[in-house]
Amino acid sequence: MTHRSLGLLLFALMLAPLTNREVAAGDEPAVRFNRDVLPILADQCFACHGFDNAKREAGLRLDSLAGSSAVLESGTRAIVPGDLTASELWKRINSDDPELVMPPPATGHRLTPDQKETLKRWIEQGAKYEAHWAFVPPHAEEPPVVAGVNHPIDRFIRARLAAEGVGPAPAADRATLIRRVTLDLTGLPPTLLEVDAFVNDTRPDAYERVVQRLLSSEHFGERWARWWLDLAHYGDSDGYLQDFLRPVAWRYRQWVVDAFNRNLSFDQFTIQQLAGDLLPNATASEIMGTGFLRNTLSNREGGADLEEYRVNQVLDRTMTLGTTWLGLTTGCAQCHDHKFDPISQREYYQLYAFFNNADEANIDAPLPGEREAWETAKKEYDRQRAELLAPVAEPFAKLLADWEQKILYTETHPGEDFAWDRTLELLGLQWGQSLGEGQLEGLNIIKIPLAERTPRQQERLIDYFLHAVPAEYSARFNELKLNEIVPKLDALAKNLPTLSRAPGLMKSTARRHNHIFVRGEYLRPGDEVSPATPASLPAIQSDGEPTRLDLARWLVSPEHPLTARVTVNRLWQELFGRGIVATSENFGVRGDRPAHPELLDWLALEFQREGWSVKSILRTIVLSETYKQSSADRPELAERDPLNKLVARQARLRLSGEAVRDCSLAVSGLLNPVVGGPSVKPPQPASVSKEGYANVWVASTGPDRYRRGIYTFIQRTSPYAQFVTFDMPDASRSCTRRERSNTPLQALNLLNDPVFFEAAQSLAARVQREAAGRSDAERLNHAFRLVLLREPLPHESTRLLDYLGIQRKLFEQDAPAAKDVLRDAPPGTEAGWVALASVLLNLDEFLHRE
Amino acid sequence: MFSMPSRRDFLAGTSHGIGAMALWHLLAREGLTATGTHSAPRAKNVIFLFMMGGQSQLDLYDPKPKMKELNGQPIPAHLTMAKKSATGGILETVQASPRKFQPYGQCGMELSELIPHTAKMADEICLIRSMHCEQANHDPAQLLMHCGTPLFGNPSMGCWVNYGLGSECQNMPGYLVLLSDDGHGIEGAGSSLWGSGFMPSNYRGVSFRNSGEPVLHIQSPRGISAATQRARLDVLQDLNQIHQKATGDAEIASRIAAYEMAFRMQSAAPELLDFGQETAETRAMYGVDADQTRSFGSNCLLARRMVERGVRFVHLVHSTWDHHGDLTRRLQLNCGMTDQPMAALLQDLKQRGLLDETLVICAGEFGRTPMGEVRRGVQSDGRDHHPFAFSIWMAGAGVKAGHVHGATDDFGYNVVEKPVHVHDLQATILHLLGINHEQLTYRHAGRDYRLTDVAGKVVEDILA
Repeated sequence: MTHRSLGLLLFALMLAPLTNREVAAGDEPAVRFNRDVLPILADQCFACHGFDNAKREAGLRLDSLAGSSAVLESGTRAIVPGDLTASELWKRINSDDPELVMPPPATGHRLTPDQKETLKRWIEQGAKYEAHWAFVPPHAEEPPVVAGVNHPIDRFIRARLAAEGVGPAPAADRATLIRRVTLDLTGLPPTLLEVDAFVNDTRPDAYERVVQRLLSSEHFGERWARWWLDLAHYGDSDGYLQDFLRPVAWRYRQWVVDAFNRNLSFDQFTIQQLAGDLLPNATASEIMGTGFLRNTLSNREGGADLEEYRVNQVLDRTMTLGTTWLGLTTGCAQCHDHKFDPISQREYYQLYAFFNNADEANIDAPLPGEREAWETAKKEYDRQRAELLAPVAEPFAKLLADWEQKILYTETHPGEDFAWDRTLELLGLQWGQSLGEGQLEGLNIIKIPLAERTPRQQERLIDYFLHAVPAEYSARFNELKLNEIVPKLDALAKNLPTLSRAPGLMKSTARRHNHIFVRGEYLRPGDEVSPATPASLPAIQSDGEPTRLDLARWLVSPEHPLTARVTVNRLWQELFGRGIVATSENFGVRGDRPAHPELLDWLALEFQREGWSVKSILRTIVLSETYKQSSADRPELAERDPLNKLVARQARLRLSGEAVRDCSLAVSGLLNPVVGGPSVKPPQPASVSKEGYANVWVASTGPDRYRRGIYTFIQRTSPYAQFVTFDMPDASRSCTRRERSNTPLQALNLLNDPVFFEAAQSLAARVQREAAGRSDAERLNHAFRLVLLREPLPHESTRLLDYLGIQRKLFEQDAPAAKDVLRDAPPGTEAGWVALASVLLNLDEFLHRE
Repeated sequence: MFSMPSRRDFLAGTSHGIGAMALWHLLAREGLTATGTHSAPRAKNVIFLFMMGGQSQLDLYDPKPKMKELNGQPIPAHLTMAKKSATGGILETVQASPRKFQPYGQCGMELSELIPHTAKMADEICLIRSMHCEQANHDPAQLLMHCGTPLFGNPSMGCWVNYGLGSECQNMPGYLVLLSDDGHGIEGAGSSLWGSGFMPSNYRGVSFRNSGEPVLHIQSPRGISAATQRARLDVLQDLNQIHQKATGDAEIASRIAAYEMAFRMQSAAPELLDFGQETAETRAMYGVDADQTRSFGSNCLLARRMVERGVRFVHLVHSTWDHHGDLTRRLQLNCGMTDQPMAALLQDLKQRGLLDETLVICAGEFGRTPMGEVRRGVQSDGRDHHPFAFSIWMAGAGVKAGHVHGATDDFGYNVVEKPVHVHDLQATILHLLGINHEQLTYRHAGRDYRLTDVAGKVVEDILA
C-alpha cells in the first residue's frame, strides 16, 4: 500500500459513521441499506420518488426494490441489482445535462461524490433493501463481555469505546455526582447536609442509597411530570385571542405528578391518558388521565367555526399521539401521503378516527374533604331549587324542550335562521367559558335522550339555558317570572360548597363519520375511513371496530417496536442531554440513526421486562458507570466526537428555566417545597401580560410566591417571561426536547429580575445567619458551598474576597445605595454580601448540571 | 439542515455567542453570492409596521366610487353569499366609505383623506391592493402573516431573517419589537407573533418599550450602580473563565459574551431612547412631543435609530384596528396616531440615505368588509374581518416607488387582478434581503420548515 492510498484509507475511516464497520469479500466495505443508503435516498430523492403517491414523478419510487427495479415509462429501470451500467439511476445522477441530471438543480439538492460512490457500491453489491430499523421489534442481544465491567449499559458503551480506541472519562467526584443525580431525579439541588453525608459515606452502596432516597422523594414526581408536560403541551388557559383561563387544568398536572410518584407503570400511564374513560368501571383518577388530551387549544372568539376548531383539536391529538408514543412526525400526512415514512394520508385519518368520536367533558373530581360537605348541602339545595321551579315546572320544561329541539334542528340546517345559528354557536363558545369546561358538552347533553341523562347533566344544561336565554324567548321567560327566579337560584348556588371538577374526555353522544380531508381542509371531506393503525406497524387487536382503548393497549403491546424505544430514548436524553436517537421526536426515515442501536434495544426490552417501571429503568441508568462519568470535555474528544455520540463522558447541561428558578430559591432558602395544588403566579413586570389580550397577571402573595416552577401558571398567549427566556417550549404543541440557548436576556433576567435579586438578598442573609461571627473567608466558603456544593479553589476564593472588599467600600461610601440594595432584605443583611451572593447565583457552573 | 448540538457548538465558537452569522451560511455551501446570500440583497434591514386587527382598506387605500350608488342596499348576490359576522350579525348591506380619495404625488396614487401625511409620500410607496388569505379570525390570520402558518409554535419572520442573515448589532439583539395601541390593548396572538417557535430563544423578538423600562429587566436593581454592575460582570467573567479551563466547555465563552452583551444593552437601551440627540425638527416631524402621535411616533423614531445601529428587523405593532363598531371615530383616532409618524419615518430614512437599504412594510392581517357590521340586529358604523381582498404597502430597498399593484372588484370584495397571497409577500420580502425562500430552511421534528410553508412566489412585478 502506498502512502497515498494509506492516507486515503485513513481519511475514509475518519469519515465512516460511528458504528460497527463491516468488511465484505474482496475487501470492499459492505454497504448497508439502512445505515448508508437510506439517508441519501431520504434526503435527496424521496420528495419526488418516495412513498407519497400524489407527488411521485415519472412513476418511480425508490423506497422499495419492487419500485426501483420496475420498468419505467421510458422503458428503462432505475436500478438493476448488481448491474451498474444498466441502472438508469446511475446514469442520471452522473449526467451533465441539466434537463436530465438527478436530483434536478432547481430542487437545491445535489449528491456529493461520496454519496454517489455509496450508491454505486450498493447497486454493485445487489441493491439490497432492509426494513426501517425502528419498525422492526427490538432485538434481544446479550451485552458484550468487557473485562472488569458488569453493568449492561457500561458493557455496551465500553465495548464500543474500545472498538473506537477511546477511553471513558473518570468518574465524577462525589459532590458533582450527587448534585447531578439529585437535579436529574428531582429537579432540585441536594442540601449541604446531603452532600456531606454522601461524600463521607464509605459504605459500598452509598450511591445506591442516595438514588433510592431520590426515587422515593415527592419531588421526583414534580421533575418528571414537567418532562411529560412538554409532550402533553400543558397550559392553564385556552389559547387564541381571548385565552380564557382553565382553572381546573392543574388537576391533570397533579395526576401526572402523582403518577410518577406512585410509579404507575408506563403501560397503564399510557392507557389511562389515552382512554382512561373507556376502562371498565373507570375510576375518577383513571378518567383524569385523559386530561392529557385536554391540553389542546380552544377558540372561543365570536365567528369561530366550532367544527373547524373541533377538527383542529382532533388533529392536534392525533399529532400528539404520533410525537409522544410513536416518535413519528405524522402531521405531514394531514395534507398528503408522508413523503418519507410509510404513513399514508388514509392511515393518518384512520388514526384521527380514534379521537374523532371523543369529546371534551369535565368530571366531578372532589378534592379531599369536599364531597361530604357538598353532598349534605346538595340535598337541601336540590329541594329548594325544585321548590323555586315547581310553579313553572311544566311550561319551563316545554320551553327547554323547544330550545333543545331548535338547537338540534339548527345544527343540521345551518343558514336558515340567523338568530338560531348564533344561539347554537354561543352554546359552543360560551359553555363553561373561564371554567375550563369542554365546549361541546352542552350540545352533547342535548343529544342524550332526556331519560338517559344524569341529574347532573340535566342540571348543568338548565343552568346554562337559564343564563343564556335567546331573545325569542324573553317575553315568555318574563311571563313565567323566570327573570325573578334566576337570581334566587343564583343565590342558592352561591351557598353550595365547592365540588371541584377536572378535565376529562367522553365518548361523543352522536357518532361522527370519519373522512379524509382533502389537502387537510376540513371543509373538503374525501373518502370515509374507520379507526385503524398504520400497516407498517403490528396489527391492532380488537373485538369489532377498534376503540381508543384498543389503540392505547396496542401502543404498549409487547410486539410494538416503537413505544418502549421512543420512551427510553427520551429518558436517556434527559440524563445525557442527547438521545441515543438524537432526533427524539422522529424515529422515522429522516430521523437520526441510533448511535448505539443494541443498547437502545436492550433498554427498551429491559424497560418492559421490569414491568414498564419508569423508576426502575431510571435507576438502572443512573447506577451505570457511564452515567457517573465526569462531564469535562477532553481535547481528543472535542475533535473526534464533538457531539458526544460515543458517551465517552457525561454532558454539561444548562438547567431548564424552571430548574434555574427552583435552584435559586432552594439555595437561598426561599423555596416553598409544597407539592401539588393549583397554579400560582410569581411576580413579574406588568408589561409581560400586556403582550397578551386582556389577561392581567396578579402576582400570588405569601409563600405561593416561592413555589417550584412547575406550579407557575401557564397563560398560553403570554407565558411567564423568565421561562420563555430560558426556552420553555410553546405550550401549543408537543415538544420532545427543549432548546438550550444562551442569550443576553437570560443574563439580564438573572442579574436584574427582582425575583433573583430577592434570592441574592436571602442567600446573603442565610450566610450571615448560618456563619455568624466567622471570618469573611469562612463565610465565603459557606456561601460558595451552599450554591455550588464544593469548596472554592484558592484563586476563586481570592477573587471573590477581593470583590467583596471593593463592594463593601462602595456601599460604605454610598449609604443610599446600600439602603436600596437592602430594601425588604432580612435585618442584619450586608449590602456587599448581597452583591456577592448575586454573583454566585449567576455563575455558569450554578446554571448547569455537570 | 442540522441538528441542535451542532448549532450550539457553532454558536459557542463565535466571538459573541449569538448570531454573528447563521450556521445556515455554513451549511448552504452552494449557490450563495459574495454577500453570503442567495442573490444580491436590496435590503439590509426591515421595519415591519404591523397594523394589528385589520385596517379598513376601503377607507384608506382602495377607493370604490361605485359603492356609493349602492350604499345601504344589499350587496350583489353574485359576489358572495351573505357573510356571517364575528360578532353575531349577518352582513349584507353595502357600506360605502364616506372618506374622500384623491390622487397624490407624481404617480397619482389614490389615497384617503384620513392619511394625508402618508399620501404625501405616495411617490415612495408601492401599494398592493390585491392581498388575500384564507384566515378570517385574528390569531390564525396574524400567525399566517408573521409565521407563514395559521398555527401556533412557529418562528416569526423576524426570527427567520436573523436566522438567515445573522445580526451585526453588538449591543442590541437583531430583532426588536415595539408596541402601541389606542388604549384598547393588544388584539391578537400576542408574543407568538415575535416568538421563536421551534428555534432557540436567541432568535426571539425582544420587546422594547418607549417609556419606563425599555427591555424586560434591563435596569439594574435599585442600589446597583453601573460601576457595581460592571464589577459584578468582571468577577463573573473571571470565575467563569476559571471554570471554562476546568471543564473545557466552549459554551462558557458564549455565556460570558452574553453577559457582556447584556451589559452593553443596559447602556445602549437608554441611549436609544434618548431623543435629546435629535433635532427639534426631527422630533416635530415624528410628533414625539404631541399627545396623539407620541406613542407611535416614538416607536417610528426608535425604529430609525435601531436600523441606524444595525438592528436587522424592527417590528412595530399598532394593535387597535379591529373596528367592528365606532369605525369613523376609531379610524380617525388611529390614523391620527400613526399617519404622521409613518410618513416621517419614510421621509427621515430617505433624507439619511437609509431608505435604500431598509425595507418598510405596512400591513395588517386582513382587511375589512365592504358590508356594514350588524350588531344585535342593528346596523352599526363598523366593518367585519375580510381576508379575501385587502391592501398593504411597502417602501424602500428594492421595491418600485410610486407604484400600485393589483386590483379588486367594484366592492373591494374579491381580487380581480394580480392576486398576492401572504406567502407571496413573505417570499418577496426574503428575496429583497437576498434570500431564496425555498432554500432558507430549519430542520425541526424531521422536517425542513420554511417561512413560506410549501407555497409563495416572489412578486416580480413590484421589484424595482
